[in-house]
Amino acid sequence: MRVSCVLTEEGSLGRYIARRLLLTVPVLLGASFLIFAMVYALPGDPIRALAGDRPLSAAVMAQLREDFNLDDPLWLQYVKYVGDLFQGDFGTDFRGRPVLDTILLRLPVTAKLAAVAIAFEILIGVIAGVLAGIRRNGFFDNVVLVSTTVIVSIPILVLAFISQYVFGLQLGLFPIAGTTEGLYSYLLPGLVLASGSLAYVARLTRTSIAENMRADYVRTARAKGLPNKTVIVRHTLRNSLIPVVTFIGADIGTLMGGAIVTETIFNLPGIGRSVFDSVRAQEGAVVVGIVTLMVLFFIFFNLVVDVLYAVLDPRIRYD
Amino acid sequence: MTTLPSSASSVRSGDGSSPILSVEDLFVEFRTRENLVNAVNGISYTVSAGETLAILGESGSGKSVSAQAIMGILDMPPARIPNGEIWFEGRNLLTLPAEEQRKIRGPGISMIFQDALSSLNPVYSVGYQIGEMFRAHGGLSKKDAKQRAVELMDRVRIPAAAQRVNDYPHQFSGGMRQRVMIAMAIALDPRILIADEPTTALDVTVQAQVMDLLKDLQRETGMGLVLITHDLGVVNEVADNVAVMYAGRIVERGTVDEVFTKPGHPYTEGLLNSVPQVEAKGGRLQPITGQPPNLSRIPSGCPFHPRCPRRRLGAEALPGRDCAGDRPPLRLVVPGREAACHYSEEVLGV
Amino acid sequence: MTDSQQQDLRSDEVRAGTTTGLGAPSVDVTDSRQNSLWSDAWVQLRRSAIFWIGAVLGVLFLAMALFPSIFARGADPRACDLSNSRATPSADHWLGFDQQGCDYLSNVVYGARNSLLIGVLGVLGVLLMGVVVGAIAGYYGRLTDSILARLTDIFYALPLILGALVLLRVGPSTGLPIISERGPGAVAIALAAFGWMTAMRLVRSQVIAVKSSDYVAAARAMGASDYRILVRHILPNAVAPVLVYATITIGVLIAAEATLTFLGVGLQAPSISWGLQIAQGQQLLRTAPHLVLFPSVILTLTVMAFIMMGDALRDALDPRQRS
Repeated sequence: MRVSCVLTEEGSLGRYIARRLLLTVPVLLGASFLIFAMVYALPGDPIRALAGDRPLSAAVMAQLREDFNLDDPLWLQYVKYVGDLFQGDFGTDFRGRPVLDTILLRLPVTAKLAAVAIAFEILIGVIAGVLAGIRRNGFFDNVVLVSTTVIVSIPILVLAFISQYVFGLQLGLFPIAGTTEGLYSYLLPGLVLASGSLAYVARLTRTSIAENMRADYVRTARAKGLPNKTVIVRHTLRNSLIPVVTFIGADIGTLMGGAIVTETIFNLPGIGRSVFDSVRAQEGAVVVGIVTLMVLFFIFFNLVVDVLYAVLDPRIRYD
Repeated sequence: MTTLPSSASSVRSGDGSSPILSVEDLFVEFRTRENLVNAVNGISYTVSAGETLAILGESGSGKSVSAQAIMGILDMPPARIPNGEIWFEGRNLLTLPAEEQRKIRGPGISMIFQDALSSLNPVYSVGYQIGEMFRAHGGLSKKDAKQRAVELMDRVRIPAAAQRVNDYPHQFSGGMRQRVMIAMAIALDPRILIADEPTTALDVTVQAQVMDLLKDLQRETGMGLVLITHDLGVVNEVADNVAVMYAGRIVERGTVDEVFTKPGHPYTEGLLNSVPQVEAKGGRLQPITGQPPNLSRIPSGCPFHPRCPRRRLGAEALPGRDCAGDRPPLRLVVPGREAACHYSEEVLGV
Repeated sequence: MTDSQQQDLRSDEVRAGTTTGLGAPSVDVTDSRQNSLWSDAWVQLRRSAIFWIGAVLGVLFLAMALFPSIFARGADPRACDLSNSRATPSADHWLGFDQQGCDYLSNVVYGARNSLLIGVLGVLGVLLMGVVVGAIAGYYGRLTDSILARLTDIFYALPLILGALVLLRVGPSTGLPIISERGPGAVAIALAAFGWMTAMRLVRSQVIAVKSSDYVAAARAMGASDYRILVRHILPNAVAPVLVYATITIGVLIAAEATLTFLGVGLQAPSISWGLQIAQGQQLLRTAPHLVLFPSVILTLTVMAFIMMGDALRDALDPRQRS
């Protein structure tokens, strides 16, 4: 009998995951089509779109026409484009190097940066949110409210320069560029990259905690005579952190975008910095290839979050 | 503000055993930025083993708040208990350290709530939530606790308990969810069970089943049952004694049979006239006019006087018994009956 | 990007999502209720310090965009003298000079015009797309809704900065009007193209909630046309959340413009833009930090003005917040 319960339990989760996967396919195709369409289907010469003002010889042009299947009808170009993506082919730069090589070389830096940022979001954002939420309208709560409003309003661009100038140049606390000091060089850019999300995590946690503290089931938990720690950890925090965990999960994909600015300003050799360099160097194929990869990450982590949500909240998976 | 000490309380359970729970002159207020809400204003009552005491009143009469004060689960602040004693098995809960109070919740006094769906945590299985009682109070292992949970679910007559123990609250029907709540509440054989509107959210047929279950469990365990409700039918069916609350005060108290046949307070009288009764078929329903009082501005004198058809003001009133000026104390009006009305004898027709 | 901007989009997305899920917004189209919503909101707003700070800053920057010469103290941003290169602030030239020796105050002040222009145009584009697509999806439901909702999901998969980056990167070679011109119009279009989805979901959820109300059923029973029901009864209900969203989004898009321009795909010199000023000042952060500082501060204040106004507006318009 126990076995049958377990089966239905996992069955429903399995069905849910299958359904989410299925729903992701059109989004995946649609998003890749959007990028494809911008580059290849808008009027004008796709090669020019990728090369910008860079001068190209006739031979190179011919080679590129063939590489991009530009003599095929548009739909076939797209099929081939998706087929290439599926095989991990994100295109080739004008020096003939696959974009995937650049990605693989530089992705670890971006991954480390994102990991540091997530750590800050959890460490600072969640803790600040919990403390603010537990004592709502207290002094700390107001500090969190005001500081998050300010942080949310500071563009990452500005925050990066200000922190670089103050903590790096003036105070000399952190390296201002490069990865020469190992993990330590990731701290300041990680914090900058995390800032906006961190403020949002703090607010989300605060609201969620404050709402859950008033929930009927928390009152029940207290009426059951559970120890205070159990009431707070198991019945308040556990429930409150569901939206926070899902937000942080979805944010991993979003951080990829922020990495372009952060890596550029702090001179970290990740894929974000590559995008910036490639824009400058008129390497359109690299820009499009990396952006495509970032979008795939974004979609992937959103899928992970949906599954995570169902694991954490049983109501979702039985719907 | 006069209230009788509990020793003077004339209402006892049938067998005359000494009370397990006794509430004495309890006040609860809520302080918000704008005003002060006097939710409970000096209530006293006792509950003995095997007794079912119904606390009857409209929403906002203070009945749920007083129950939460007994459980020690009011949010303080904004709530505050400026005065009162709550005696349980020889100890005043209000002066007990928090940790001692907590240990009484569950094995000593437990409580079930109106809306079982929101009162159960959506992310834990029902088995886990019932089992928590044993893990927190009995130190049982997770596995043993789950086993006990299955037994309890059987006991509250949830079909196929062993299969459903890992299900989540949202997978149960309303009636079954309330049974889960009851299983949780009786897990540790409490001496007192407080049921706050346990059947209000349920269909009528399911209501009867749940009330039957509660009565059966009470017979088996001998626990005292405090039934908080606004439903006169439920009171009539299951309760031994009834305390009628209005504006945070008890306005009448007695055995259900007597109070319901011969009310001693105009408010009780009004309540009885406002519901259809099988016996009095064809009679007109007479709703109580006016609105329940605003608890931050309770009327002077008898709080019910603005809505009372029997009120006597000014020259009509007997000396010292002006309904708008003199607050009537809860007093013994006939043997076995207390009422807080200057003209209770008139209401009773004695 | 993931900065503040994206977070806010994201937060609105979450909020919009919640509204869709619960379908709870109060359904009351009668004029008096709408009027009291707005007058109550105004009473609340008047007492909100956040709103006044935001509004004063907003008006200040608007005036700066309309009449820059007054704020620039008469200096011409393009009249430069290399001998003044990187000079620090002085009594005559409050913000000093940039590397080319141009008066920096006038450059920073003249930057407001492009920023606000792009913010406002972008939001108009967002609203146009959001309201049209959202109203159609919500009102017609069924297959139309499914298709449009999927389409929205697809656009959601491209974060604002990434989508706009690609479009602006390929834009100049397309030969399309506006988009190929690398001007404020191109940036606004790129931002609107990848920023309309939250507005769509907001409008859609409101339309669905109101559509199923008795009020609309009555109007339909009396023979009102689809168009009339949509425009007279349904859309007015969506105004409050959309207004809040639009106000915040102006700030978000201004920050996004600066980011895109900084990355080299937005406005190009000789356009005057805070993003360009920050990009050019970047190399001189050690020697002339004021070149990054001043445009940064003013950019932040502009973004903050709109986010604060939006926040205050949301608090004022959300009846659940009032007790």
